[in-house]
Amino acid sequence: MFGLPMLSTILWLPTIGAILILLISGLNKDAQKAAASARIIALITTFVTFLISVKLVMDFDHTSAAMQFKESIPWYGNINYALGVDGISVLFVLLTTFLMPLCVIASWKSVEKRVVEYFVAFLVLETVMLGVFSATDMVFFYVLFEAGLIPMYLIIGIWGGKNRFYAAYKFFLYTLLGSLFMLIAVAYMVLKAGTSDILALQAFHFTKDAQIYLWLAFFASFAVKMPMWPVHTWLPDAHVEAPTAGSVILAGILLKMGGYGFIRFSLPMFPLASLHFQPLIFTMSVIAVIYTSLVAFRQTDIKKLIAYSSVAHMGFVTLGIFAFNGAGLQGAMFQMLSHGFIASALFLCVGVIYDRMHTREIASYGGLVNRMPIYAAVFMLFTLGNVGLPGTSGFVGEVLTMQGTFLQSRIFAIFAASGVILSAAYMLTLYRKTVFGPLVNPKLADIQDMDLREFLVFLPLIIGTVLLGFKPQLILDFTNVSVMHLVDNLQTMMK
Amino acid sequence: MSVETLALLVVFSPMVGAIIAGLFGRVLPQKVSMAVTTGLLFVAFFSAATIFYGHWSKTIELPEDPIRLFTWIDVAGFKSTWSIRLDAISAVMMVVVTSVSSLVHLYSWGYMSEDPHKPRFFAYLSLFTFAMLSLVTAADFMQLFFGWEGVGVASYLLIGFWYLKRSANDAQIKAFVVNRVGDFGFVLGIMSVFMVFGTIEFKEVFHAIPHHLKDTMDWGNWKLPALEVIGVLLFIGAMGKSAQFFLHTWLPDAMEGPTPVSALIHAATMVTAGVVLVTICSPIYENTHFAAGMITLVGAVTAIFAATVGLAQNDIKRVIAYSTCSQLGYMFFAAGVGVYQAAMFHLFTHAFFKALLFLGAGSVIHGLHHEQDMRKMGAVWKPMKITYAIMLIGTLAITGIGIPGTNLGLAGFFSKDAIIESAFAASQEGRPFASFAFWISVLAALLTSFYSWRLIFMTFTGTFKGDAHGHHDDHAMSDHLHANVAHGGDHHDAHHAKDDGSAPAHESPLVMLIPLFLLAIGALFAGVIFAPAFVGEGAHEFWGHSIYNSPENHILHLRHEVPEWVKFAPLTVTITGLFGALFVYFWNEGMGKKIAKAAGPLHAFLYNKWYFDELYEVIFVKSARAIGDFLWKVGDGKIIDGLGPNGIANDINWVSKKSVKVQTGYVYHYAFIMLIALVAFGALALTKGG
Repeated sequence: MFGLPMLSTILWLPTIGAILILLISGLNKDAQKAAASARIIALITTFVTFLISVKLVMDFDHTSAAMQFKESIPWYGNINYALGVDGISVLFVLLTTFLMPLCVIASWKSVEKRVVEYFVAFLVLETVMLGVFSATDMVFFYVLFEAGLIPMYLIIGIWGGKNRFYAAYKFFLYTLLGSLFMLIAVAYMVLKAGTSDILALQAFHFTKDAQIYLWLAFFASFAVKMPMWPVHTWLPDAHVEAPTAGSVILAGILLKMGGYGFIRFSLPMFPLASLHFQPLIFTMSVIAVIYTSLVAFRQTDIKKLIAYSSVAHMGFVTLGIFAFNGAGLQGAMFQMLSHGFIASALFLCVGVIYDRMHTREIASYGGLVNRMPIYAAVFMLFTLGNVGLPGTSGFVGEVLTMQGTFLQSRIFAIFAASGVILSAAYMLTLYRKTVFGPLVNPKLADIQDMDLREFLVFLPLIIGTVLLGFKPQLILDFTNVSVMHLVDNLQTMMK
Repeated sequence: MSVETLALLVVFSPMVGAIIAGLFGRVLPQKVSMAVTTGLLFVAFFSAATIFYGHWSKTIELPEDPIRLFTWIDVAGFKSTWSIRLDAISAVMMVVVTSVSSLVHLYSWGYMSEDPHKPRFFAYLSLFTFAMLSLVTAADFMQLFFGWEGVGVASYLLIGFWYLKRSANDAQIKAFVVNRVGDFGFVLGIMSVFMVFGTIEFKEVFHAIPHHLKDTMDWGNWKLPALEVIGVLLFIGAMGKSAQFFLHTWLPDAMEGPTPVSALIHAATMVTAGVVLVTICSPIYENTHFAAGMITLVGAVTAIFAATVGLAQNDIKRVIAYSTCSQLGYMFFAAGVGVYQAAMFHLFTHAFFKALLFLGAGSVIHGLHHEQDMRKMGAVWKPMKITYAIMLIGTLAITGIGIPGTNLGLAGFFSKDAIIESAFAASQEGRPFASFAFWISVLAALLTSFYSWRLIFMTFTGTFKGDAHGHHDDHAMSDHLHANVAHGGDHHDAHHAKDDGSAPAHESPLVMLIPLFLLAIGALFAGVIFAPAFVGEGAHEFWGHSIYNSPENHILHLRHEVPEWVKFAPLTVTITGLFGALFVYFWNEGMGKKIAKAAGPLHAFLYNKWYFDELYEVIFVKSARAIGDFLWKVGDGKIIDGLGPNGIANDINWVSKKSVKVQTGYVYHYAFIMLIALVAFGALALTKGG
């Protein structure tokens, strides 16, 4: 791309946009105009970033498991600013750049205070997230992995709802715990192996004892991020308080960092420990599926319900990852990407009615279909996607992770499969309570249906969810070689 | 046209209709959406009929391999391809689905004429048809599951079509969730198939069965025979979709949907999907003992259970719903004893006469302005003579009237008697639960006759018992509340009871009567015409490879050699049932009420459907709520948060501080940790480098 390294271009473009926004707002005394230009610059930046990452994916050779588009500049000591993508990370890069413009459009009107800072925070966050998925240096990865929390923390803390401080505090506390352990582990590994290159570390054989401790340290951090039961309670609060676009990023991308971490680090670097802890992960995952589904069933706040449902869906991801087979891992990858579409869309659905009514209480709604038929149809599609209906992307991830789990353990698969009953119960009940029935609340009497701007945010998500439901190979072909390479390595190492 | 082109037309015409009416129904004139969906359905029907006729008359050769469109999923051997499988089973099912569906589309022009949401209704109907067709033409378990869930969603959408009705909304969720309980088993069954066979394609799986007869699977500490496990799990899926005992509770409630939907989905097609699944999997069930016995047992129990409940229901649609449930039980135990051909034949004839009964009932309901309670009917025959005649044909067909040993009889005579005789023959062969199924099937035939004629007499004969004025007010009120419920306030004059004591009803329009005529032809002649090919001497040639019978299984032939009393048993009990109903509901009007009162608790037990709903409410719904609350408030709240973040917060009295200060405090602390981290790494790198 004009002689520039492609990954760095994608990575830093959002930051350049952020700097541009700050410069223009510094020059512009009129807050209204500054806000308007911030919106437009943010939209253009994120959209161009998306286009370049589409080019990246098109140029990507998915028949190879190697790191591609590699860049490396010495940073400090033997720590490098090193980037690269393989079949496991390239689609997360695309997912990030895909969701960002949608977040900008979704925030167009709903964010009214500190507009400039808001978009700066989002653009910085984008750079950081892209860095997480494309870093091939362990230390560089760690710095970005932790740095991502700051803009997210600010987004919740400044643009969040009433209880935002409590939520931000919880978010902070949990993540802090995980990070400290991981920091120590990273330090040990770099010292021991004498390199911070991820590929080199993957090839380095740690002793089984070392693997166990290192695995636990990484697990502390990734389990919080996923989040896995029982360290999930920060997520419902964070979602409830976050602004709509914040929830989209949180559910769509930040949660995936945990799963990505397991696949990139825990499995290849500590295979013996991963096998050792498989029963623990399976147990925690099926508890997550059943426990959080039952809790979701009783929620009175729409966002909380969807947040709990996210935890249940992430349970399938961890099951798939630790099944150590093709179906499980491919399913986990697919489930993460699909959840990025469906959960994002569900949070956007909540945003649409929240912008109008400023409440997330299920009881304040009911009968929306009478006034908002288009909204009802869109919400129905994503409800069914979340329920895992075949023909939507939600199904493929669920069935593959279950198949992977089943091959490892029939008993755990029974528990996981019971999740499909529960998810139908709570999602359809939510839909009935909010959308069906007569309009009872008089405040809803002249609520307006989605406008064109709102519909445009949903359109790419609708197309993605349905297209990937019927042709999931679009993704599975991309991840196949890298994932199978990982599976083969795992199986030889475990022998 | 080649058979491939025809098959594509069958499957995709309804899809195109659904997309057009679904996406553009809001902008197109309503009539366009209706015409497009209905027209495309007839295209599908004529294509399906051509294939079926060709196969039946042996003028078309069905291709060995399915038509493959493109890969759906292909991960580590777990492969599914979007395909159209063409064999005898799919040829039969395509014609059943498209014929009933096209007639229901047509009928809905009249039945839904005053509904403001017609495009949505027709789009859902076509969507359903597409999903059902992709189910019956699947070439592997995954696509079958796609169709399986697809029809489930269409059913969900159509049961709740009148979304203002709370009862309809509850019924639609119940239908979906109970079906998901079955799907839970089904999914585990598919996974077992993949684990045992390494593929989920029907053909490959069925070919490999001889090599896996002795396979076992580990389930925790148990070593279980693989084929039995697969058979049981797949059948659990079938139980959900086909409303068999324990998972039947959703079907009667599904009657909240518009009547054309009940006819198409909850009588003729979707609920038979379980039977289709078991028939397709005949190579599996022919090699199981336990799983096949379970099918026989569950089928027989359902047949008798639903028939007893049907005796005491007063809602005309619910009577027919329980009748459907009971007839599905017949189909299952037929498959369970190994006569899949008879199961499919009964499925085929049942589709016509049951759709006929439902659409006829719909005509009555339409004529009486949405009255469904048979206690408020009576004397409807006079204003609705055509509907009456058609309902009589349907009732004669379902009760299986015909003369044994001859070709004189209605559709149900050929198919139901084939099942009953087969059950007897199977019991002679020592098939598990076959003799139980035989006696149950005779008893259930008696009850079927009784409740079917009870419906006819309560509805059409005697005196009109509806309260015209009260009903009128009620109706006006409900119209006001439910603006989207079909059938507004036309013909309001007709509400007043006529002087001669006949019902204040009107005959349905021609667009509703034509489908009834056509279905009546099916109910009259489908049995006699197709019996030779389906269950007679031509059966093996007709079904070809699509149904597998083990070399020891000769029941289909042995059924011809059963004793005379077995052949006459169904007719005897049917006539007995007819006279019973005549006695109670025709000659002694009002006697039914007295019997109900005298029977007290027994009547209440039947009227309340054996108290299944009450039982499930306590066991599942209430306990799920209680556990959910407990996990949320105590698990998440008191234990996890209490010991975790909140506990820490309380100790250091953090949260109570002023928000702004706290907020900056977080950033500060966080940045501080990061700083330490960076310093640590800097030091590390320096020492390494130095």
